[in-house]
This record gives sequence, C-alpha cells and structure tokens, in this order.
Amino acid sequence: MTTAPQRTPLFQSHVDCGAKMVDFAGWEMPIHYGSQLKEHEAVRTDAGMFDVSHMTVVDLTGTDAKAYLQRLLANDVAKLGFVGKALYSGMLNEQGGVIDDLIVYLTDWGYRIVVNAATRDKDLAWMEKQTAGFSVKLTERPELAMVAVQGPQAIAKACAAFADKAELIQSLKIFQGVPAGDWFIARTGYTGEDGLEIMVPSTEAAAFWQALVKAGVVPCGLGARDTLRLEAGMNLYGHEMDDSVSPLQAGMGWTIVWEPADRQFIGRDVIQAEKAAGVKMKQVGLVLEGRGVMRDGMKVVVEGLGEGITTSGTFSPTLKTSIAMARVPAGTGSTAHVDIRGTLVEVKVVKMPFVRNGKKVYE
Amino acid sequence: MSNIPAELKYVESHEWLRKEADGSVTVGITAHAQELLGDVVFVELPKVGAVLDKDAQAGVVESVKAASDVFCPIAGEILAINEALEATPELANSDPYGEGWFFKIKPASLVDLDACMDASAYAKEIGA
Repeated sequence: MTTAPQRTPLFQSHVDCGAKMVDFAGWEMPIHYGSQLKEHEAVRTDAGMFDVSHMTVVDLTGTDAKAYLQRLLANDVAKLGFVGKALYSGMLNEQGGVIDDLIVYLTDWGYRIVVNAATRDKDLAWMEKQTAGFSVKLTERPELAMVAVQGPQAIAKACAAFADKAELIQSLKIFQGVPAGDWFIARTGYTGEDGLEIMVPSTEAAAFWQALVKAGVVPCGLGARDTLRLEAGMNLYGHEMDDSVSPLQAGMGWTIVWEPADRQFIGRDVIQAEKAAGVKMKQVGLVLEGRGVMRDGMKVVVEGLGEGITTSGTFSPTLKTSIAMARVPAGTGSTAHVDIRGTLVEVKVVKMPFVRNGKKVYE
Repeated sequence: MSNIPAELKYVESHEWLRKEADGSVTVGITAHAQELLGDVVFVELPKVGAVLDKDAQAGVVESVKAASDVFCPIAGEILAINEALEATPELANSDPYGEGWFFKIKPASLVDLDACMDASAYAKEIGA
C-alpha cells in the first residue's frame, strides 16, 4: 500500500518561497530554498527558520503524569523546577536501546512532549502501552504547526514580527517554553544558536510564517538543519542512536539520571550493568583536515583498539572542512583513520560540539 | 528548468561533452546534475595523462549532501584538468557548461562521441 505524503500547514508557504520539496518520513518537506549553504550561513550569522510541524506534539495529563514520565524516561522530570522548564531525554526500551529522543516541558496541565516525525507511530504506541497502571492521558496535538527560528538575531527578529509577544519572548530563559494564548513559545532549538521553537494553530501558520519572512528571517530547509545540528554535535535519531544502541555509547550519558537508585526507569537495569562492566564504545567528533567528505556509515580504524563507525558526516559550511560524529572504541585517543571510499584517511578526534554560537569550539 | 545547450552531447550519467576545434573533447557535469547535487564543496579530477575506458571512474564530485562519481563518457587520454574547479568547486554550480568544466580528453575514437545523446534525447532522458 502506498500513501500520499503528508503536508504541513506551511506547504504552500514553502512553495511560494521557492522550496525544493522532498519526502521526509512520509512528509513532503523543504530540503532547501536554493542554497543549503546560504541558509546555513543565515542561521550562523543572522536568523533562519525551519518548518518542524511534522514533529509530533503530545500533551500528558493526569494525576500520575510525573510518576509515569519518571518510569518512561531516562532523564528525570523531577529536575523540572518551574512551569515552562524543558528537559531533553532518551526514551529507552527494555533492552536499554533508544526508542527516541525527545523534549518534555512542564506545563500548567501536566507536560508537553515533542517527539520526532520519523518515529511517531512507534513512539505513540510505546507511550500508550506504558500508561498501564498509571492514571494518565496522552493527547496528540496535530492541529499545531511548529516553526524553529534560530540564529543570533532570531529573538530580536521574532520580537519585531510579533511585537505583542516581545516582552514574553525576551523573558524566556534558555530551555524554557510557555503558552501565549493559543501559541506555545520555547527558547529551544537544534542548531547550536540561540532561538525559539514556536507552536501555533495550523490556521495561523501561513500568516505566522509570512510575518517572519517580512521581519527578515530566512526560510531554511532540512539540509541546513542537518549541517547545523551536526556542527552543534547534536544527535539525530536513526544515525547516532536507535533501538539497538545504548545511550551510554551515543553520547547521551549526561541525560541519564541515576539517583535516586530506586527510580526504575525502563532500560535502567541493562544500561546500569553496562556502565558497571565498562562501556566499550564512546561517541566522539572527527575532523578531516585534508580534502574529502566523511559521510555516515564509514569505517573508523583506531590503531591497536579496533574499529568504529561514523554515524553522521558532512562538509561543515562554517568550518570549511569535513566533520563527522562517530562511535569508536572507548580508549580512542586524539587520532583515528576513516575509510573514505576505499582510502584510509587520518582524522583528528575531538570533543564536540564543533561549533557553538557561530564559532569553532573544538581544539 | 534545466539548461541543456543544443550544441553539446550528453550521457546518461549526466556528463556533457563538447568537441573542440583541436580535436579534443571537453567534459563536465550538466546543469541538471549540479541541481541534483546541490552545493558542490570538493571535486576530485583524474590525472593528466591517464588513459581511461569509456564509463571508467574519472573523479568524484562531493556536495554538502553526497558524493557522486564522475564517469569518463568516452575512451581516451586525459589531456588537461580544470585546476580552477579544484580551487573553486562551486563553479560546477554557477557555470556548469563554462568555467565549471572538469577535464579535456583526447578521444580514442570519434565513434564513441557520435554515440552520445544529443540535447533533445538528454532532455527526454531527464524528463525536462
């Protein structure tokens, strides 16, 4: 059976802005609007925006909401100290693999959870299944469109576009999201820049987008989103992590909360045993100083220790060289070799991110 | 809409060929190919003097998105490569039929060249 690709409420806005549309996880999405490099540059130096309406927004209500999330997620929602605060977490399976990564906001009604587009069905099925024994209710919010406005001028330009919400926008702390009437405005993002992710009712989406275009925010496609997130050292589901990869090997150790020891989040036993035995692989950044481009799935050879694999790789528009994320043997030092189309090329092993706030950060 | 100059020849793997007055043949990638690739960031060209078969790998073009092989559309000897393209790979995007040429080849036989598609056949091939 084939189904027609889904379209976000911004489909026509993309076409009007000259987008090249591609299929992404069953959604017809813009890959770029002419030049991925120019869009990348706009986010690093000024302000760009992405339609992320294909992501799945789920609201959680009920008296057991907190206890449910403390079982569902490896990070601990007890850390959410005030309404609006957001938390990044992995949602693990019983084998300690990563079902998805997500953001959860503490709200007046309970929690708002944002999960990936590509994993929607399995995420929702899993989340629903885990409600057994808890007094909670999950409500999907497909009527919300979502746009990420990112870059050093993102907040100033969003304030210019939506003057009535400027005060609220300026008051947001990093990783905080609050409702504003029918909207939900969060100071979060996926590019390594300051910025906002704003949810608006679908009926308002096109006018919302147009207001941002008018304020000088550059429409950006999924292509730039990928190079930006890679420079920022941020994981992408299906690349750095999946159902078979432990979060400890995917650079997500910092998102796991071990205390209190009796919080039995799903997958805990397995990754706790892995940690006790010594994690065999770790996530690193790779930089290729010569010519060529690393892509995902390339073999990484670490002398004396064995092999790893690149999980994402690209040409970095900011650094003008190729960078990659890789899973390598835990003892890997400062260099390795990557098999680029049959040739072993020496690369530098670095701590990520590669770029933050427009600047190179690795040594 | 892709630009497909009428005076050039084309092959299915999206290289174009132009017969020069001195008997050499200049090869590059088509406007359609560079559109598919997106922003070109590295180009690997063949060695001058290399003798290549028809359809042999002659280089690699890397865009932000992906790496693609460049094939030698006819058999012959590589006479020259476009060093400007190595230094400024975005020429493949901005001027695919001009400053963005890849290499010049001395054809082993002109029969190979005659067998390539003309502009209308290539337009049909890519659905333009």
